[in-house]
Amino acid sequence: MSEQQYIDLYQQAREMIFSHAPEVMNAVRDEAFGDFCRQGFPSKKVERYKYTDIQKLFAPDYGVNLNRLDIPIDPYEAFRCDVPNLSTSLYFVVNDMFYRDDEPKGQRQWVGGHRPGILPEGVVVGSMRNHPDLVAKYYSHLAKTSDDAITALNTMLAQDGLLVYVPENVKVDRAVQVINILKSPSSVTHHPSPSLMVNRRVLIILEEGAEIKMLFCDHAADDCHFLATQVIEAYVGENASLDLYCLEETHYKNVRLSNVYIDQQANSHVNHNVITLHNGITRNKLDLTFSGQGAECQCYGCVIADKEQHVDNNTLITHKVSHCTSNELYKYVLDDKSIGAFAGRVLVEHGAQKTSSQMTNQNLTATRDARMYTQPMLEIYADDVKCAHGSTVGQLNDAALFYMRQRGISLDEARLLLQNAFINEVIDKMQLEPLRDRLHYLVEKRFRGELNKCTGCRLCK
Amino acid sequence: MLEVRNLHARIGEKEILKGIDLTIADGETHAIMGPNGSGKSTLSAVLVGNPLYEVTEGEAWFNGKNLLEMKPEDRAHEGLFLSFQYPVEIPGVSMTNFMKAAINEKRKYQGLEPMNAAEFLKLQREKRKIVELDSKLANRSVNEGFSGGEKKRNEIFQMAMLEPKLSILDETDSGLDVDAMRIVAEGVNKLQTPETSCIVITHYDRLLEMIKPQYVHVLYKGRIVKTGGPELAKQIQEHGYDWIKEEIGEE
Repeated sequence: MSEQQYIDLYQQAREMIFSHAPEVMNAVRDEAFGDFCRQGFPSKKVERYKYTDIQKLFAPDYGVNLNRLDIPIDPYEAFRCDVPNLSTSLYFVVNDMFYRDDEPKGQRQWVGGHRPGILPEGVVVGSMRNHPDLVAKYYSHLAKTSDDAITALNTMLAQDGLLVYVPENVKVDRAVQVINILKSPSSVTHHPSPSLMVNRRVLIILEEGAEIKMLFCDHAADDCHFLATQVIEAYVGENASLDLYCLEETHYKNVRLSNVYIDQQANSHVNHNVITLHNGITRNKLDLTFSGQGAECQCYGCVIADKEQHVDNNTLITHKVSHCTSNELYKYVLDDKSIGAFAGRVLVEHGAQKTSSQMTNQNLTATRDARMYTQPMLEIYADDVKCAHGSTVGQLNDAALFYMRQRGISLDEARLLLQNAFINEVIDKMQLEPLRDRLHYLVEKRFRGELNKCTGCRLCK
Repeated sequence: MLEVRNLHARIGEKEILKGIDLTIADGETHAIMGPNGSGKSTLSAVLVGNPLYEVTEGEAWFNGKNLLEMKPEDRAHEGLFLSFQYPVEIPGVSMTNFMKAAINEKRKYQGLEPMNAAEFLKLQREKRKIVELDSKLANRSVNEGFSGGEKKRNEIFQMAMLEPKLSILDETDSGLDVDAMRIVAEGVNKLQTPETSCIVITHYDRLLEMIKPQYVHVLYKGRIVKTGGPELAKQIQEHGYDWIKEEIGEE
């Protein structure tokens, strides 16, 4: 069983892990370890993991940078942002370490004119190390280690994390962009490291009436085999608003396992967008719970996969209370031998009356070998709700293709126009306008085969 | 312009065209009439290379080139245009992007640089006038939410943009009111030159009174069974097809 090597690792390296991590993260570590030992990695018989073979993904012997060796990279040099009109407060996470948090904002000589924007008073974007009291209050509550082995593993191994805190009624206008860079340590250790595992952690706390837009971009800086686990916990207070964009543009040797947990209080608003432009194997899990009435969420996903790429989105939206609205739209375009999966479950609990919920998953398979698994689920224990769910898997419209060819548009170009149109329906729903324009451009490039591998941050370079 | 010899075609196992011979010279307009199911639309589909149909015998030459060996898009680049009986809706692809792609692919085929945006918009504006097409439609998805009349006028607008050598109008008059039909017919007439030809497929004499063909062919059971001048269309309008069936020795 592949979990044994992680159990051994923890037992052997426990002291090392503890000594390089903040106390607040250590406090829950042993418990997470216990939960991990008890569960082991899920097999494909576990309902929420049936489309991705987790045991196999963890079987290789990954290196883990428990000693927190500094990996030399100057991301400000390497990743210049040219998203037109998108001026963001820019941060970097190299593997699972917050990049040079020690430097006071604005005092460094920022390359290319970029520096983190001045955040409003009281807003925190930084390493969890520096804010133990805040972190202790929220850390690892939503992301229950007893329920999910990957969350347990992440909690037991994560040694640093990103904290985002927005105080009551503070609105952060400028989007906060976090670039996750994967970089192999081989340049430090002077021996080739075939593979590296990183465990990223993010905690987002929005107090009552707070607002922020977060953009996470995942990139790989070299072609090492990476396995990145990620746990994001987001507490969205009353009347607060969170926009969360997660864009992945890595390469075929990359494994991404992301678990996002969101709790929404009354009248809060969440936009959750997950975009897989290029990857290896990806699983994105979203658990979103409505804890207060009148809250609303929009969850959008788009996937473009080819070769042997694998993308699995798994969502659970729990309507615990009445008068909440959830909307989901996920669209996939699968080419070659790629595999896509979407499993979405909406759970309307007893008494959650006046729930409004819509879940849609639409997919195009471009070849006979591409596979799509889709499983929309509704579970309703209230009797006055409006819920709908549906999914489609199909091919490009032959009549439309021929119509375009008759007008002189080549078959390839016609396909591209139709696929673009299909994906653009999701992109057009995204709120962050400069990002939307950039995504239109990137998606077209992707379909033209010009984004074959991650050569750095396309969004930003 | 076009020379079709002994053309046979089928869809699935069903043979629909059973030996078509048709010659069209530069500047000519030919009408093709015939009862439902006689193969009129199949003939147009085969000429433009619809992959649903399989040519089993015969040949078709277009300005000296072997039409049947060419991809549909190359036939278009060579100057063949079909106004579809049922124009296809393409959600998410704007009319402007669609036309731009079509124009620029043709220019690429001709070894020309892509048209610049200003030039393109000017051209689009001019050509829209020919069929009195609302400029609002340019930003909409191709044919999506267009009325029946708008769809047909949009076909002629595309024809105007692409300036084909041979246009096939497949029941462009069906579903049109009298005014829309006049606009379409006038549009087609404006686009006529001594170097361009046209095939008009229709059931009705009305369109042919406006687009005056030199020849009228009757297609029946996959063959052209009668050819005449414009007066043939009038006879069909008055008497139907029975007398022609009798002539060729059928019930």
